[in-house]
Amino acid sequence: MTAYIVRRMLYALPILLGVNALTFVLFFVVNSPDDMARMHLGNKRVTAEAVQAWKQEHGYEKPLLINHSAQGADMLTDTILYEKSLRLFLFDFGQSDSGRDISHDISQRMWPSLAIAVPTLLVGLAVNITFALLLAFFRASYLDFWGVVLCVAMMSISSLFYIIGGQFLVGKLLNLVPISGYDTGLHAWKFMVLPVVVGIVGSIGSGTRWYRTLFLEEIHRDYVRSARAKGLSEHWVLFRHVLRNALIPILTGVVVVLPLLFIGSLLTESFFGIPGLGSYTIDAINRQDFAIVRAMVFLGAVLYIIGLLLTDISYTMVDPRVRLD
Amino acid sequence: MSLIENVMSAQPAPTEALLTLDKLTTHLGSETSPVRAVDEVSLNIQRGETFVLLGESGCGKSMIALSIMRLLPHSGRIVGGDIRLDGQSLRALSEAEMRSERGGRIGMIFQEPMTSLNPVMTVGEQVAEAVRLHDRESRGRIEERVVELFRAVGIPDPQRRTRDYPHQLSGGMKQRIMIAMALAGRPELLIADEPTTALDVTIQAQVLDLLKQLQRDTGMSIMLITHDLGVVAEMADRVGVMYAGQMMEINDVEGFFQNPVHPYSRKLFRSVPKAEKRHQGLDVIPGIVPSLNQAFDCCRFADRCEFAHDRCRTQLPPWRGKAQSGYRCHLAPEEVPESVAPALPTRHSQAAAGKALLDVRRLKVHFPIHKGVLRRVAGQVKAVDGVDLKIDSGCTVALVGESGCGKTTVGKAIIQLNRLTDGQILFDGDDLANVRGRRLRRLRREFQIIFQDPASSMNPRMLVEDIVAEGMIAQGIGGDRKQRRLLVERLLGQVGMQPAAADRYPHEFSGGQRQRIAIARALALEPRLIVCDEPTSALDVSVQAQVLNLLKELQAELGLSYLFITHNISVVAYLAHEVAVMYLGRIVEYGEVGKVLENPLHPYTAALLSAVPVPDPAHEREVIKLQGDMPSPIDPPTGCHFHPRCPHARAVCRERYPETIEVEPGRRVSCWLMSPQ
Amino acid sequence: MAFQPVILWTDALIYLLLGLAAAMVWYTRRHEHLAAPWQRVARSRTGQAAMVVLLFYVVVGVLDTLHFNPKSGVDDQGEPIYSTEVLSLFDHIAGSLRTQREKTYSAPFATHLFSKENIEQPDGSMLRDYPRLIYGGAHLQLGDDSKLQDIALKALSGALKGGAVWLMLLIVICRANRDRLARLLGGRLRNPWHVGAWTAFGLALLLGALWELSAFYHVLGTDKVGEGVFFQSLKSIRTGLVIGTLTTLVMLPAAILLGIMAGYFRGWVDDVIQYLYTTLNSIPGVLLIAAAVLMMQIYMSNHEDDFNSVTERADLRLLFLCLILGVTSWTSLCRLLRGEALKLKELEYVQAARAFGVGNFRILLRHVLPNVMHIVLITIVLDFSGLVLAEAVLSYINIGVDPATNSWGNMINGARLELAREPVVWWSLLAAFVFMFTLVLAANLFSDVVRDAFDPRLRQQR
Repeated sequence: MTAYIVRRMLYALPILLGVNALTFVLFFVVNSPDDMARMHLGNKRVTAEAVQAWKQEHGYEKPLLINHSAQGADMLTDTILYEKSLRLFLFDFGQSDSGRDISHDISQRMWPSLAIAVPTLLVGLAVNITFALLLAFFRASYLDFWGVVLCVAMMSISSLFYIIGGQFLVGKLLNLVPISGYDTGLHAWKFMVLPVVVGIVGSIGSGTRWYRTLFLEEIHRDYVRSARAKGLSEHWVLFRHVLRNALIPILTGVVVVLPLLFIGSLLTESFFGIPGLGSYTIDAINRQDFAIVRAMVFLGAVLYIIGLLLTDISYTMVDPRVRLD
Repeated sequence: MSLIENVMSAQPAPTEALLTLDKLTTHLGSETSPVRAVDEVSLNIQRGETFVLLGESGCGKSMIALSIMRLLPHSGRIVGGDIRLDGQSLRALSEAEMRSERGGRIGMIFQEPMTSLNPVMTVGEQVAEAVRLHDRESRGRIEERVVELFRAVGIPDPQRRTRDYPHQLSGGMKQRIMIAMALAGRPELLIADEPTTALDVTIQAQVLDLLKQLQRDTGMSIMLITHDLGVVAEMADRVGVMYAGQMMEINDVEGFFQNPVHPYSRKLFRSVPKAEKRHQGLDVIPGIVPSLNQAFDCCRFADRCEFAHDRCRTQLPPWRGKAQSGYRCHLAPEEVPESVAPALPTRHSQAAAGKALLDVRRLKVHFPIHKGVLRRVAGQVKAVDGVDLKIDSGCTVALVGESGCGKTTVGKAIIQLNRLTDGQILFDGDDLANVRGRRLRRLRREFQIIFQDPASSMNPRMLVEDIVAEGMIAQGIGGDRKQRRLLVERLLGQVGMQPAAADRYPHEFSGGQRQRIAIARALALEPRLIVCDEPTSALDVSVQAQVLNLLKELQAELGLSYLFITHNISVVAYLAHEVAVMYLGRIVEYGEVGKVLENPLHPYTAALLSAVPVPDPAHEREVIKLQGDMPSPIDPPTGCHFHPRCPHARAVCRERYPETIEVEPGRRVSCWLMSPQ
Repeated sequence: MAFQPVILWTDALIYLLLGLAAAMVWYTRRHEHLAAPWQRVARSRTGQAAMVVLLFYVVVGVLDTLHFNPKSGVDDQGEPIYSTEVLSLFDHIAGSLRTQREKTYSAPFATHLFSKENIEQPDGSMLRDYPRLIYGGAHLQLGDDSKLQDIALKALSGALKGGAVWLMLLIVICRANRDRLARLLGGRLRNPWHVGAWTAFGLALLLGALWELSAFYHVLGTDKVGEGVFFQSLKSIRTGLVIGTLTTLVMLPAAILLGIMAGYFRGWVDDVIQYLYTTLNSIPGVLLIAAAVLMMQIYMSNHEDDFNSVTERADLRLLFLCLILGVTSWTSLCRLLRGEALKLKELEYVQAARAFGVGNFRILLRHVLPNVMHIVLITIVLDFSGLVLAEAVLSYINIGVDPATNSWGNMINGARLELAREPVVWWSLLAAFVFMFTLVLAANLFSDVVRDAFDPRLRQQR
């Protein structure tokens, strides 16, 4: 087990290097720092001095790969590759293009993200599993049929409409909770309700349908037949036998996204004005602040890899057949 | 044992049968064109008796069991007839009442112990569920009762095993757990649906033995479903023969074996391969089982019956005799003459001590196990660990052993589908281990393989013509497209298929026909050696006879050599010249087939042969019981691999692997018992 | 010639896609085992209805793909001069729908603008009121209260025309055979074609009515710059279809090739391919898209001279979006195919082919590829709706299609800013919602049917 985890962590290194190389190429090779400067300064009629000054200010004046003017190890470290890309491995995200400390921003902003994402995930999971069990229990009945139709209809609606509709209905027509914004501490709850509810409702369609498929797949297995042959009742079979087996893919599917909850949801946060990492990223995209986008890409990759590792570990916990070595 | 007393004391005088089926009819699929899986089947089972339902695949025997249990698949329904348990109609019961019967008065075990247990629940808990539900007396002492049941089904160290998960147990153990689960409700009737088909023959002997012993102890009735005449002879008090959804004959076991009445029953007997039939062909049942989505107004066996006359094709045959024993046929038994087995071409003669076509020396195939941070090789699965084998041209060598002994790996290594770790494979002088690339590709013409599963051995998206011609194209032989087509048609003719078959897809053919096409495909390159990897174990016995006949004919005609990999001893007896018995990656005994089968020298061979059920109820056999299961090839026992299970193990067996001794020319054994010291 | 054909990049790819589809249909018809699952699709009622709706979208999308430069005049030598404006056949058909522009917002079926303006009266005084629309309801007399009646009448006549077109089409399909027509509509054929026919009937009535009305009213209102929302919604169909199909098309070769190679060869090939897709997968999709689109924006704004027209630039941006969406979405299919190839490799017919000495490449082509194609097809159909939905979200975050391209995402994005207005400007949202929902719902239902028909595992359960 330990050996497995160590090996997986070692395996993560080349992947992160790959991610790093990809972003480096994307941000510094496809477009040179000069291009970036010109764009920030407003494209046309920009003097070379202004470009130089902008680069100086944001630390893009160094050579890309090898600094011929430097000595010794600095030849490699005093470069954009090292300063802007490889530094990420030390979780040193540096400064954003607007001059703020990215690490500090992230540590501040992950909490609102979590406050929205965690309840959305957990309550959503409970709701979806409940509905899916209900449909599986009444399988091949009218309830099941129309339930699935409703699910398909619900998953055919863009998440944008869930958000807009939710804001319009709850916020504007019923005036129950504020449409957007956030507050610190316990007062945050009334700002949280709407995004969480909207997030859950938006996931019901695909979630319920997928879980129902998983349940039905299990229901057709041989061991379920043996359970029935014992004389167990249908709901006992469903809860004790089918649910436990179907939960394995469900739980491991959830575990893989757990670390990514830190990043939050881009859409929800920007619509509801939640000051989390999702809206942070969107703002960065809209302001074309590449330092932040780069940092978030790297952070996302790290979290994803952690998620994969957690998935494997969680398998060993819920499935007695799986052993890691 | 409290288990015994309870059932015994509750037993009333045997006035009515325990279970009665009265014209049970079960349909599957849509209402508009149903599959008539069970068609007016009537039978009864007395208390304490074992009733065997015998039939080939798809004849509806499992559907009868599921109908009784009300566990039919979603599209299935009982459309007529009645099921009475102890005089009470099961069809009239509500679902809740039926639940208390299921696992209560009727227990059931299934064919696939591997998938029939819940993988994420301990086996103890799974048995406890049944105890809690059906065993009021054991309330408060559930755990004790579970251990008691484990002990009753012969699970060693029961206390500890209750906490195991299914994947930690072998197939035989899992089937024992299933039996324990079925026994929890102290059933009066146990339905066993092919309980040993997925198990090896030594394990099968254990499980059948257990069932008999439990029946003796508890007095329960058993309804056993099987396709194996040997199992019938072993277990049955009475037999019911099913064909295409209908009951064809019911008889007590002595009567059935001495004098089967129905032409179909007779044919079944005659198609079983045996040593005595070596020099003749096997009787086959021509044609295929009719499709069941039609309503019959004639005898459904008429098309395949050699005695059929006009009445058979126009009228439904009546049931003659009583419910206890009788048959469904227009002909009286004396009207059915004895048929004569087809003759085989007799040109066959064993090549006289010529050079061996194939000479395998010290073959080893190991699969590395990687472990640790750096995935270093931490061990080896020694699937094949030093095998010597010789095949003369025109000869059949059978490689026999239980699943996991490495016999298939030997076959694949010989035809270069697996890389070998060590050793030599001399094929007509060439060492295949050293031949690569173009030369190997050319050599591949000489040796071919036929697989077990006719369903997956052909690409479903290719026409039969392309399938058969594939090897010719790969080898660049057979001329242009037109000439190849002619060759394909000739090959199909050679295996008894119509030329028109070339233009159809594999799924349009039955299992036996597909196996013929697979043989035609192998023959296309005119090989000298064919590795047959369990080519008949997925087939019904009557179809198996067709394939075995064909293989024998082709050998006589073309002088082919076969390496016949199988676990089926009767096929070996019928087909093989020499036999090699494998255990855990090594050959333990080798010799001429008659001598080995009649006078096994190695204790494992002896046990293996004794475990095979013989289709003759009068046959008194002493089953040599083996303890436990075959160990894992990752970590084979020290000394003789067989010593932990061997009844004759001595001190030396635990220390060193025995030398191979040639007891007489061509007869080799690896056993300390045979060693002169 | 009155026009000069123009083939944009996405047009070319759509033609390629249509060609491939046609070749597939031709090939499938000749192979019974390939046609069988499609028979099962045709036998499904849901499948029939969904297919008709999808067909409508596809027809509009294809009409909108046939691009050309219209003739704008004749030069001295009598040679025609072509305008640089790129129009599509659909624009041409839509005619007045495209050209009838108001000043700004107006509600559906309105006769006046949505906001008050200063209007100069004939006597020279200024009045602050809702000005009359230039086109919307222009045929009505001022102060006429017969608007509702007029709408109903026009809708009825349009619906009748639509129904007539539908009937004529059916007569052509049934080759003017009355008996065949009766059997088709009565559902007495082996496949439930009547469900498709009656769905088409409903669609024909609705479209006929809308078409008739749209000549006199803005049936779905107008947007900020006065363009008809109905026209925008229809134009957005092509964008949605392009994203939904071309994305899969461009990623398919890589996914299939790498997937089956990884599964079949194992060893270092497998390691490299797995590394590749794990790396790509580990970057959250939205971020990768955002990063790539941002970079492309910079590139395009720095190289503005490379593009002949706005249309061309928008088209390239659309293509690029498909590419980048493809890069983020090929990994899941690749992994799926790798697993399947792993299984197939152990199957006996592949082993038998190896025993014949058949080469690896040929085995991949003859044995592995044909037996994973059903997975590819299921994935294509399943991905479609997800991609259409993704377009809207991406356009909303400004990393989607060009703002100049008509798309439902851009419509929502534009309308969202007006939600705070009182009374609300709701029609753009509603239009985008209805058009998107219909397409995605039809696609989802269709994909369910296709999956049921093609997945051998699902069929066994039934």
